[in-house]
Amino acid sequence: MRKALFTTLLLIAFPLAMQWLGYLFYVSFASRVMIYAIAATSLNLVLGYGGMLSFGHAAFVGAGAYVASILVAEGVASAWIGWPAAVAASAALAWIIGAISLRTRGVYFIMITLAFAQMMFYLVNSMKAYGGDEGLTLPRRAELGLGLDLGNEVVFYYVVLLVLLAALYALHRVVHSRFGRVLIAIRENEARVEALGVPVYRYQLLCFVIAGAAGGLAGALLASHGKYVNPNVLHWLQSGTLMIMVILGGVGHLWGGVIGAAVLLGLEHVIADYPLPWLAQVAPNYQQHASLGVGIVLLVIVLFAPQGIAGLISRKRHA
Amino acid sequence: MSWILILEQSLNGLQFGLMLFLLAAGLTLVFGIMDMINLAHGSLYMLGAFLASTFVQLTGSFLAGVLLAIPATAVLGMLLEVSILRTLYTRDHLSQVLATFALILIINELVRLVWGSDAALPMPAALSGPVELLPGLRYPAYRLVIIGVGLAVALVLYLLVAKTRVGMLVRAGASNREMALAMGVDIKLLFTLVFGAGAALCAVAGSMLAPLLAVQVGMGENILILAFVVIVIGGIGSIRGALVGAVLVGVVDTIGRAFLPILLGAFFQPRVASAAGPALASVMIYLIMAVVLYFRPQGLFPARG
Amino acid sequence: MRSKVLGTLVAAALAAVSTLSAEAADRIKIGFISTLSGPSAALGVDIRDGFQLAVKMAGGKVGGLPAEVLVGDDQFKPEVGRQLAEKNVRLDKVNFLTGMVFSNIMLASVPVAFESKVIYVSPNAAPSPFAGKQCNPYLFVASWPNDAYHEAAGQHATNRGYKNAYLIAPNYQAGKDSLTGFKRFYKGNVAAEVYTQLGQLDYSAELAQVRAAKPDALYIFLPGGMGINFIKQFVAAGLSKDVPLIVPGFGSDQDIIRPVGDAMLGLFDTAHWAPDFDNAANRKFVAAFEKEYKRIPSVFAAQGYDAALLIDAAVRDVKGKVEDVEAVRKAMKAARFESVRGAFKFNRNQMPIQNYYLRVVARDNQGRLVNKTIGTIFKDHGDAYVQECEMK
Repeated sequence: MRKALFTTLLLIAFPLAMQWLGYLFYVSFASRVMIYAIAATSLNLVLGYGGMLSFGHAAFVGAGAYVASILVAEGVASAWIGWPAAVAASAALAWIIGAISLRTRGVYFIMITLAFAQMMFYLVNSMKAYGGDEGLTLPRRAELGLGLDLGNEVVFYYVVLLVLLAALYALHRVVHSRFGRVLIAIRENEARVEALGVPVYRYQLLCFVIAGAAGGLAGALLASHGKYVNPNVLHWLQSGTLMIMVILGGVGHLWGGVIGAAVLLGLEHVIADYPLPWLAQVAPNYQQHASLGVGIVLLVIVLFAPQGIAGLISRKRHA
Repeated sequence: MSWILILEQSLNGLQFGLMLFLLAAGLTLVFGIMDMINLAHGSLYMLGAFLASTFVQLTGSFLAGVLLAIPATAVLGMLLEVSILRTLYTRDHLSQVLATFALILIINELVRLVWGSDAALPMPAALSGPVELLPGLRYPAYRLVIIGVGLAVALVLYLLVAKTRVGMLVRAGASNREMALAMGVDIKLLFTLVFGAGAALCAVAGSMLAPLLAVQVGMGENILILAFVVIVIGGIGSIRGALVGAVLVGVVDTIGRAFLPILLGAFFQPRVASAAGPALASVMIYLIMAVVLYFRPQGLFPARG
Repeated sequence: MRSKVLGTLVAAALAAVSTLSAEAADRIKIGFISTLSGPSAALGVDIRDGFQLAVKMAGGKVGGLPAEVLVGDDQFKPEVGRQLAEKNVRLDKVNFLTGMVFSNIMLASVPVAFESKVIYVSPNAAPSPFAGKQCNPYLFVASWPNDAYHEAAGQHATNRGYKNAYLIAPNYQAGKDSLTGFKRFYKGNVAAEVYTQLGQLDYSAELAQVRAAKPDALYIFLPGGMGINFIKQFVAAGLSKDVPLIVPGFGSDQDIIRPVGDAMLGLFDTAHWAPDFDNAANRKFVAAFEKEYKRIPSVFAAQGYDAALLIDAAVRDVKGKVEDVEAVRKAMKAARFESVRGAFKFNRNQMPIQNYYLRVVARDNQGRLVNKTIGTIFKDHGDAYVQECEMK
């Protein structure tokens, strides 16, 4: 708890420090990391706590991003309309996909969630009116009113931070509620829970929808942040990236999504943009092969530390 | 709509489907027998193409290059199996998905380090021209060769699996692994061989398709999803299912791409029709898979007894 | 305990910041984002090589100041291009941005530059929205407006008397521009207008349709790897004997000639430049390029070279004071440089007004396949969208 408080204070102080130093680029970067943290946390709910291997989560993030973007592009600038619309759209999509997919099990579930995500990708790609493959560039970020200018990087950062903290708090409450306990029980032993007469399907579907809705919110924020959306947001490789974040950070741990997003995006940025001369001597062009490092780290984690970074930390604490 | 057009598009679909079959066959065996989801299967397809490109350059002969690439890829595949993938058999599906996804990233970058992001594999000059199948239909010779190779491999696989002892072991493993183990089958060796065979099939597809498409990093990811769709439709563990599923997917995809834009062009602008056509063709394939999953989840030709 | 940790963190942050290079007004920083990998990499590589050759020939300087060219690979993905643009503009604080090959990447990325009043010099793509309604003071095009080569090709098709043309282009803004441009000057009937997927490599379905339609000419706009595959498959399907092929200059330049080979002989195309142009700047360029890179330059290389010269002239004319962006704009608009294409002048929308020529793929006196100029199609040709541009 003390650690959480400390981290939160740090997060609050960060943009002010960066602004003072003149590097708003990092405030924007941090906002992006936090948005991915929200997306990864939403996946953590369905994957880590619900035990459902959804390989199509990017579809919900993407649906939220596109709904929010299309509204802004069509002149509806208010975030009070755009963001809830994104959440509603993703929730509806998650309900449809979940209702069909959750009738299957195991690898078939993985395949069908993947297939639905790809279907969404192809559909969005074919929407030439909204950019298609070129993507959609927005003239401005959504507007919140209340005297807050979301175009200001620091203001936007605080809004995203608020949403992230709210999402983490919500996850914490869900996990510790009766609903959450049933979910975890289903993940541990579905047959037993079913035998107890619990409507497993309904619990899983609700979990799926909540996660999808949260993913949609992350998508709306992502679209506003970059003022740009593109069909690749829905591609299955993006779902894979979100999964990497969750596993890296710690699947089934509260802060797993946050840690994973921060570590993955942070590492990518550091490797790509800060050349280390001594490393370049040994391995020229190493910066273009950052994915190699990511792949190796992921493989090592899966094979030897499946609980991710958060798992390692809590193991140390209990040791 | 002329008959020649329909025939030509059907041949195109058959060609695409047969290459998909080569990928799906290996994938379905690995999945059926070892119960392992291997996302890196597409990477073996890519490796096959890159290796073929190097061997063709070294030997100066297309045939020699392809024939060398097949065992080379099989060996690499078996090395991969023995070192890393073996530890995943007992793990849950999530770990398998993540570990093999990590392998995709690693193999992509390693290929980029060794070869760069693309390589050249030109079509053999002797096959770059057309063959007159019918008056008015001059079909590319190379694509006919692909169809021939695909059918030949399918026949060889059928004979191997249905008529030999090894094939019987493979079928037993796919049908009921625990029983096969209990009957004393050397499961470790069998697994490695099956994996190697799958890698070899990938190499055939990769090196044969390379002159038509392009040899580039990431080429495996695009075709991997389709391969998974094929094995779900066909039935996990079933080679016959993989063949039927692959040809079905190949033909639906090609015919859809070819004729849907024309159909839609009657109602929409050319750009919209041209975009919606392929999108609908792709959606149709996923719909077929969803329908099969709903009504017959084990697939059209389930291997499990 | 907490303050100690906080203090260390602040110190670390300050240390990190100090390793970042301070802004130097005594250097020109240019962000160069292009497609350097994948089937169409040859285009980006040519533009980069042409651009860097110009800088090298000026002693590593642009406009008299030492130049730092930050090269990035967009991997043919618009979101990667955009992220690189954000980094160049917001972190590296470049003075100019340039390099992109494809319109979709450009449309996604250049708004980032425009927002921060950074000039983008296009060495290739110039989509029609930017020529008309969305013309932007921070966009300067060193190549041509997107429709231009296609308009010239359409005129050529009309001159040749073709009556039933089949059209193919990829389904993105430049593809749309290409066929619109072709139809603007082609007066015959259009047998079909087909849009393929961007990046598509297998054209068996489309070729079967062409065979069935029996057109008297086939016009394709398929740059890079798409064109290489299409032409190879076109020949393999036996269609090259039945249907005359017309392409815009970028459909038949060195990047396609090299992999396809002799099948390209006799192919007609249209462009604003060819290696055989007889002016001092061009002779110098072609000789230097062949010496440095051991290959014949394509239009892309020529465009990259001209883009560098354009930036160089503007920086020189403002005497290095690039912080005054308005002065730089004025200087750039005057375009006081020796272009390899001959005379160079900008239209009101900051896209070039120039001649377009008919070329054919033939052998030079060393037996190499190259594009030769055989005639002029348009003189002092602008674009059809400039009336919609509100810049003066």
